[in-house]
Amino acid sequence: MDGNSAVGEAAIRAGCQCYFGYPITPQNELTEYMATHLSRRKGCSFIQAESEISAINMVFGASAVGARSMTSSSSPGMSLKQEGISYLASCELPAVIVNMSRGGPGLGTISAAQSDYFQSTRGGGHGDYRTIVLAPSSVQELADLTHRAFDLADKYRIPVIILGDGMLGQMQEPVDFRHEAPAELPVRSDALRGARGRPSKIVRTCTSNTSEMEELNWSLYRRYQLIEKKETAFETFLVDDAELIVVAFGIAARIAKGAIKSARANGLKVGLARPITLWPFPSGRIKELAATAKCLLVFEMNMGQMLEDVQLALQGQGEVFFYGRPGGVIPTPSEVLRVISRHYYQRGLKKGK
Amino acid sequence: MLIKTIFAGFGGQGVLSMGLNLAEAAMLEGKNVTFLPSYGVEVRGGTANCTVAVSDEEIASPVASAPEFVVAMNQPSLVRFQNQVQSGGVLFYNASLVNPQNPRGDIELVGVPAGEIAEKLDSPKSANMVMLGAFARKTNIVSMDTVAEVLSTILKNKAKLVSINKKALKAGYDLF
Repeated sequence: MDGNSAVGEAAIRAGCQCYFGYPITPQNELTEYMATHLSRRKGCSFIQAESEISAINMVFGASAVGARSMTSSSSPGMSLKQEGISYLASCELPAVIVNMSRGGPGLGTISAAQSDYFQSTRGGGHGDYRTIVLAPSSVQELADLTHRAFDLADKYRIPVIILGDGMLGQMQEPVDFRHEAPAELPVRSDALRGARGRPSKIVRTCTSNTSEMEELNWSLYRRYQLIEKKETAFETFLVDDAELIVVAFGIAARIAKGAIKSARANGLKVGLARPITLWPFPSGRIKELAATAKCLLVFEMNMGQMLEDVQLALQGQGEVFFYGRPGGVIPTPSEVLRVISRHYYQRGLKKGK
Repeated sequence: MLIKTIFAGFGGQGVLSMGLNLAEAAMLEGKNVTFLPSYGVEVRGGTANCTVAVSDEEIASPVASAPEFVVAMNQPSLVRFQNQVQSGGVLFYNASLVNPQNPRGDIELVGVPAGEIAEKLDSPKSANMVMLGAFARKTNIVSMDTVAEVLSTILKNKAKLVSINKKALKAGYDLF
């Protein structure tokens, strides 16, 4: 199954009730999947909106009344959604937003790139807010993290972004779906479903009361601290004896893993560190790994965005190199292997088994 | 063992179908697989290619640095990919459209007149299946029976197309 369709199926199995989208390559298979499968389900809604902006605002409305809702797009379309994401964050509304990103800036290419790291992890829209950002690296993980995204969104009442790319969305791999669609979901206690038996509630993003707005910011901040503590996810591969550790996320981590396997066959002690949550960023784990390895090599399909989070994590402690290919060019494992080898030998690192 | 193949040609020649068929057949035979398509914004006439990785173990990178096999359905694909083939690998080309100039000495070249054979079968669009049949015979990555089984699943509502495509597959398979 292709990655986009896998997100669709996993979303339905997570109890997604509403999908709103506007077509854009390379995520159209997801919209198509939802048009075919979600629209048939009882009590569910699929709408092809007239723009990305209306799609995100439809998500806002659906989420306010308590429906598990989702939208998806690719880079330029994600830019259009940013205002809506800021509003969702402000109103503490859960939502799942999928970005199968392409090479930018501007309208960009339709090929895979990771240049939306900053936009995804730094808020993208205005205001002092965060979104959880999940970065899968296989079709199976796309499916698993889609399910998880809905749970996290509801648990913390926060927008969750799944940051994929054109390659992950369109490549096909075998996938197991581990959940059945729930018959009925519990209704969120903050959902607007009529005020019978309780005082009325208002979902709004505007107030003239600055201390009220400050209180909202503090309350969000405390929640973000909790998420940082509890939800950071990370994967490592062959790091225990590694002299050099490649740090990469998403599909770049797969390409790096291919290179690392070849490096190991040549006796170079190289490992992989892969952040699964880009926000919260696994700074603590990166710092631990930098203390055991001689140096880190950050590899991204952009000009060095996650690199800044790695440098922030290390606070100047430890040596960091960078290699990136932007614009939608897909680097090959042997290309990454050459970069690994160059740093390995220049740094005079020891070979071993 | 990890084997990577790139199928390449014009959009509309069915190069993605060939790759998908191989990937699904390998999956049915219990292998790990990845299928990575790459194409332009055009519906037809642009170039398209896909990379299929088949392995007994977990597949790290779905991208191929130096594939074991390349299938070139048109001349631009041959030019683009012939130097990527791993030394000792095999380059399949559609002899009806492709003229291999300055061939490399360290790889095997297999010309398949896929276009002509498909035309003889009165189904020029099935040239891709002729090539896939020849590819399956030469490479032994998957069995011919599984490839045919996948074809029946993909085209399950189009019985007529199944028989046409199976004939094309067999014609390619019987070439070697």
